[in-house]
Formats: sequence, C-alpha cells, structure tokens
Amino acid sequence: MAEPDVLVATGIVKRFNAFVAVADVDFRLGRDEAVGIVGPNGAGKTTLLNVLAGTYAPSAGTVHFNGTDVTGLDAASRNRLGIARTHQVPRPFANMTVFENVFVAASMGGELAGARAYDAAIESLRLCGMLELGNRRAETLGLLDRKGLELARALATDPKVLLLDEIGAGLTDAEAGELVAIIRGLRERGIAIVWIEHVLHVLLQIVERLVCMDAGAIIAEGAPDDVLANPAVIDAYLGSGVT
Amino acid sequence: MVNELVQGILLGCYYALIACGLSFTFGVLRIINLAHGSIAVLGAFVVWTIAEQWNISPFLALVAVAPFMAAAGWVLQRTVLERSLRSGALTPLLSTFGLAIVIDNLLFSKFGADTRSMAPNIGDLAFASWNLPGGVTIGQLALLTAIVAVALLGGLQLFLARTPLGRAIRATAEDPDTAELVGIDSRKVYAAATAISMVTVAIAGTFLALRATFDPYAGSAQLIFAFEAIVIGGTGSLWGTLIGGIVLGVAQNLGSQISPQGFLIGGHLVFFAVLAARFFIAGRSPGSLVRSLRRTSP
Repeated sequence: MAEPDVLVATGIVKRFNAFVAVADVDFRLGRDEAVGIVGPNGAGKTTLLNVLAGTYAPSAGTVHFNGTDVTGLDAASRNRLGIARTHQVPRPFANMTVFENVFVAASMGGELAGARAYDAAIESLRLCGMLELGNRRAETLGLLDRKGLELARALATDPKVLLLDEIGAGLTDAEAGELVAIIRGLRERGIAIVWIEHVLHVLLQIVERLVCMDAGAIIAEGAPDDVLANPAVIDAYLGSGVT
Repeated sequence: MVNELVQGILLGCYYALIACGLSFTFGVLRIINLAHGSIAVLGAFVVWTIAEQWNISPFLALVAVAPFMAAAGWVLQRTVLERSLRSGALTPLLSTFGLAIVIDNLLFSKFGADTRSMAPNIGDLAFASWNLPGGVTIGQLALLTAIVAVALLGGLQLFLARTPLGRAIRATAEDPDTAELVGIDSRKVYAAATAISMVTVAIAGTFLALRATFDPYAGSAQLIFAFEAIVIGGTGSLWGTLIGGIVLGVAQNLGSQISPQGFLIGGHLVFFAVLAARFFIAGRSPGSLVRSLRRTSP
C-alpha cells in the first residue's frame, strides 16, 4: 500500500481482571480499505473494536490514527478526530428526534456550527435513506431504521474510519441489501471501514480483506476466499461439517 | 375561593422555582441530590452576606454570586458526584446526603442558629401588593417569584431543546457511553449541567430568603416540597415540574380552607394520590414505576 495506513493497532492486549479478551493483536486498516472481522462469539471482536474506538483503554499496546498516537485519547476525542462506531444493538437517543440524534453528532463529533451542522445532518440522513423519518422520535423506529440511524449518526461526525459492529444482524436479506447499498456509498466517499459481521454473504459484498479471530487472537487474515478456506478458520468458526 | 386559587398558583410557582435545580439534576445526571435544599440555603447565606456587607440589593448580590455557584457546581461534579455515579445508584444518594449534613453544620458553625430573612433588604417589594376586584390580592414579590420561575424553567427547557450544549446534555442524559461515540465529552457536559443547576439553586435560595426566613437547617424542609412538585409533575420534565409545583401549591391553599392543618395535609394527599396513580397505571411493578417516573421529554 503506497499511502500509510489510516488506523494501526500494535500489540493490543485487553484484560478484564484475569480474563484476557484480546491477546496481543496487531491490526492495520488502509485508507479506503474495508476489512471484515469474523470469528465465534467471545473471540474478542467487539472488545477490539472498543479499543479502536477508545471506549476501552487497552491493557497493553498502542493505537495510531493518521500517524498520531491516540492510545491515551477517550472515545469522544477520537470521534472528533475521525473514528466513529456503531453498536450491535442500536442505541439511539430514544427521546430525541431522528434529526436531533444526527444533528447533535454533527455539531459535537463533526465540530460544526449552525447551518453547517444542519447541512451535514441532512446529508447523512439522505445518504442513509432516513430523510423522511427526520421528525420521528427515535424510540418509535423499527430495527432497520434504528440501524440506519446508528449509521447516519456515526456518519454525521464526519469519520475517516467507520467501525461497524454486526450492523447486519437481525435483518432480512432485503433489508441487509439496502444496508449494503448504503455502506457501498460510504466507501465511495473514501471512508475506511472495519466491519464485524456474522452474516458472511452480506459482509463479503463489501470487504476486500477478512480477519478471523478466535480466543482473543487473530488466527487468519487476507483475501476473504483464502481466509474462509483456511482449515483453522473452518475449525474455529464455521465448524468442520460446513462446506 | 378565586383568591385562594391565585395564591396557590403563585405559591406553586415558588415551589417550582425551588424544585427547578433538583429536577434538572435528576433529569440529566440521574442523581437525586439530597443536598439540594442545603445548597439553596447555602446560596441564601452567601447572597445575604454579600448584600449585607456591601449594602447592595440582594438581586445584584445574586448576580455576583452566580458565577461562583456555577464554579462550585463544576467542582462538585468533578470531585464528588462523578465518582459517586460510577459506583452505582445508591452512592449518589449517600454522598449528597452526607454533603447536606456537612453544609448544614458548616453554616451552623459560621452563622449560628439565628433565623434570618432578606425581606428587609428589598424595602416595599417584600410586602407590597395589588388588590384586584373579587378580593384577589397579588403580592409583588410573589408575582416576581412566579415570573422568575416561569422564565427559568422555560428558559432551561428552550436551552435543552434548541442549543448545541442543550442537545449534548440531553444526549448524555440518555446514554453517556453512546454520547462519547458521537464526540460528546460526557464529563464536561455533566459538569456544565451541574454548574447550571447550581445557579438555579442559588436563585431559588435567594427567593426563599426574600419571601420567608431561613436558618442553617432550613434546607430539608425545602427539599420535601421540591420533591413533591417533581414527583407530581413527572420527573425529568421541567414543564412538568412547573405544573407539579402549581398543583401542590393549589392543593395546600385549598386544604387550608378546609382545616387549619389542611395546608400540609392537602399537599401531601395530592402527592400520594399522584404516586398511587402512577403505581396503578404502571402495572404495579417497581421497575415500571421507575420508568413511568422518568418521563423524560424536555
């Protein structure tokens, strides 16, 4: 890769008391790249995402964003720099309207004032197909729209890197198809993506590189086909009976 | 009868003014601040001291004190409340209860047990009134209190609804972790909210001192009425607090028409009736009661 990687995590360890959730993981994300993370439940995928986002401070290791060490920064500071993430179970600000959810993200995370925050919020809603829902209270939304809001809100903070945590989970194939179209649109805007997903056929429509984790460590990474054909991956994740 | 209603409404606005900071703190921080009444009395003492020392109007003294109360709120959040919040729902209750005891006794050791009032500092305003047809009397101070209460609660409501910081406060109130993920520094937002709350408490304390007497242990009595106003109006809603205060004031005044003891009983009865109704509507489970109390809609 000619350009330097936008997000580099080196030697990440995350312990919760005696439990090691992430054990010495190196992770790189190139500019404009989309990387998928797969692995069985409890493999440490979400913990790694939390360390990248700044929600958790790693027990050891460093995180660099755009060449700057951001290990000591909290999630809010990292978000203002350009790292956004979504939750597996959407967590909208339920008593605020959809527009307010996105607007507060644009004004705080995107550090925009007045009309520019307004425009950014509207643009994010438009990109995610949420514009007509702007005046609805977030708690009245269904699951697909909540996921759309989760995405629009992250987008409004003007991220360079978007961390997606199982955003396809629980959606029908048609709904997931809509989501893939939206995320493809974001990639075209130059946003690099890290995506944890169990729904492989959805994930593989977007990512060009796959990382497989098991028991807190990366057991395989590379081109999706190679990773999925890897015996260790089949054994740990897909189960040996699956072809 | 009409006069009693009007007096009840004016009194209710005063309760809402006292309850404003408590309601705001609960709505945003999810902290029931048991030191609320004591801090109001502390504010009253500080404003009184400055008004007496420099021989200035209490309102001017309040303006001078407000920034210091805001700063004290910031420090309080960062040193006490933030740590308390991290260790569960019960700890803030204990720490603010402890804070109330500390404040009460510090005030006692500094100012003694004397009962004071700032009414003499505002001249005629303390007792002047307008007599309207139908036997309705409107005290000028009571009306001023009501105007300040409506302006403060309405202003805060607008602030929460319309300004970037207001939205950040609402987002943080709902989900501080997610707020962090959209670039909101939740610690700063909490501290700013506590600072705002302290300013409203200082205003409330000043009006307490203007309309009545106060002494170092007057805080807990204020806390009770503030609580009742909030619970009647629905916690977390500032307009609800205004309505709750008015309902409480009217109930007390109508109660006093029935019996000399009816003043307090009337208020408490309405409070219990509302609480019981919420219990009933909420399906009689404690969890859903808490949710029904948390009717957060700024």
